[in-house]
Amino acid sequence: MPRVVFAAALQRHVPAPPVTVDGACVRDVLEAALVLTPRLRGYILDDQSHLRKHMSVYVDGVAIRDRTELSEAVAHSSEIYVLQALSGG
Amino acid sequence: MMALQILAATRKGLFTLEADGPSWRIARVDFLGDNCSMVLVDKRSGATYAALEHGHFGVKLHRREAGQTAFEEIAAPAFPPKPEGLIDTDGFGKPIPWTTLKIWALETGGVNEPGLLWCGTIPGALFRSRNHGASWELVRPLWDEPKRQKWFGGGADLPGIHSILVDPRDDKVVRLGISCGGVWVTRDGGESFANEGNGMWADHMPPEAMYDPNIQDVHCLAQCRDHPTQLWVQHHNAIFRSIDDGQTWTECKDVKPSVFGFAVVAHPRQAGVAWFVPAIKDEQRIPVDGRLVVTRTRDGGASFETLSNGLPERPAYDLVYRHGLAISDGGDDLAFASTCGGLWISSDQGDHWAEAPMRLPPVHAIRLVS
Repeated sequence: MPRVVFAAALQRHVPAPPVTVDGACVRDVLEAALVLTPRLRGYILDDQSHLRKHMSVYVDGVAIRDRTELSEAVAHSSEIYVLQALSGG
Repeated sequence: MMALQILAATRKGLFTLEADGPSWRIARVDFLGDNCSMVLVDKRSGATYAALEHGHFGVKLHRREAGQTAFEEIAAPAFPPKPEGLIDTDGFGKPIPWTTLKIWALETGGVNEPGLLWCGTIPGALFRSRNHGASWELVRPLWDEPKRQKWFGGGADLPGIHSILVDPRDDKVVRLGISCGGVWVTRDGGESFANEGNGMWADHMPPEAMYDPNIQDVHCLAQCRDHPTQLWVQHHNAIFRSIDDGQTWTECKDVKPSVFGFAVVAHPRQAGVAWFVPAIKDEQRIPVDGRLVVTRTRDGGASFETLSNGLPERPAYDLVYRHGLAISDGGDDLAFASTCGGLWISSDQGDHWAEAPMRLPPVHAIRLVS
């Protein structure tokens, strides 16, 4: 199953160890991960459940482009990194 | 000095200052390094609320119960899902995001409304909590008001609500200061709203729109507690006063050293007494001639005194934001803090000032706790 790793900078606000969850696209995987740690949601997604302006998500080393629907496909073996963008700091 | 504490919400944390003999010391720092945009002490419950604005992770709200030392994260005001296909734009046609970007105003409801909080945000929306911030609701009658789409940002990219005044005579009467959307009032606890403020004018607008109450750049709105028909507005290009509940506004003339500024506080007991911290003008948001001063009127705006006793004699380029000036419940104690991290305190209505022995991060807002 895909593995999701959360930014180190997030940890002091909401402890979030890596998780392994099921899903076929970034949205599915992220939603599954947020079920495990609900308080993370507002730190990663905005009020409309879009990726926050200054956050980024990488799937196997490639930054996603669809920040609204989070529709990029995720493979069974994928590694997903949820990171703060350097913008907006 | 009657105030026991000064709370300063700064770009790098929430600082709690306590009196140390005749001076002040930092007694506590919370959220060090994080951007704290607003702080509120609820006199009804003793709880303290702190709004954080993380660059990456968004707007958060924390609460500390009375007698406790630790804050706990609580719900932050959030917008409902935006209906698909809906076009929502500001007065310049720019899209309004349905997501909270800043907690710009945070106030308690009336004494008869325990647990009720009001919150103003960028984009310009009013939220209400009925349970000490455990959950928030968007106040739809204002958000769904078509006139809202004429508002625009003043300085900020988007319009926002920065002033919330619960009327001391009636908890259901709440006035809002909006940049740039003038003064709005509800008289039924948020069920309906009206835009009031005839008499204000905007020098940066074309003649046809100059007097429109709905586009006025109100920087800060203040009300006299014991004479609540009397209100003050520090506006983008003037100081205005109302003596009829905000129905009509009169410009104060010949204000030296300038009419521009962000902050205003009204004396809670004495009618016609108010303080301001002036800057040159909108394009040059620094003190006139590099001299940091406070202006005070004691006669309803007919004349203004320039107060500088104890303020820096050296060149100072401090700017004081709209929430950076505060007055105690009794009306004798004042404090203000600046974008350069300076903090000054007066215990005699501004006749004399003393500088706190520290340089804080840039200050967004202060509160005096008695």
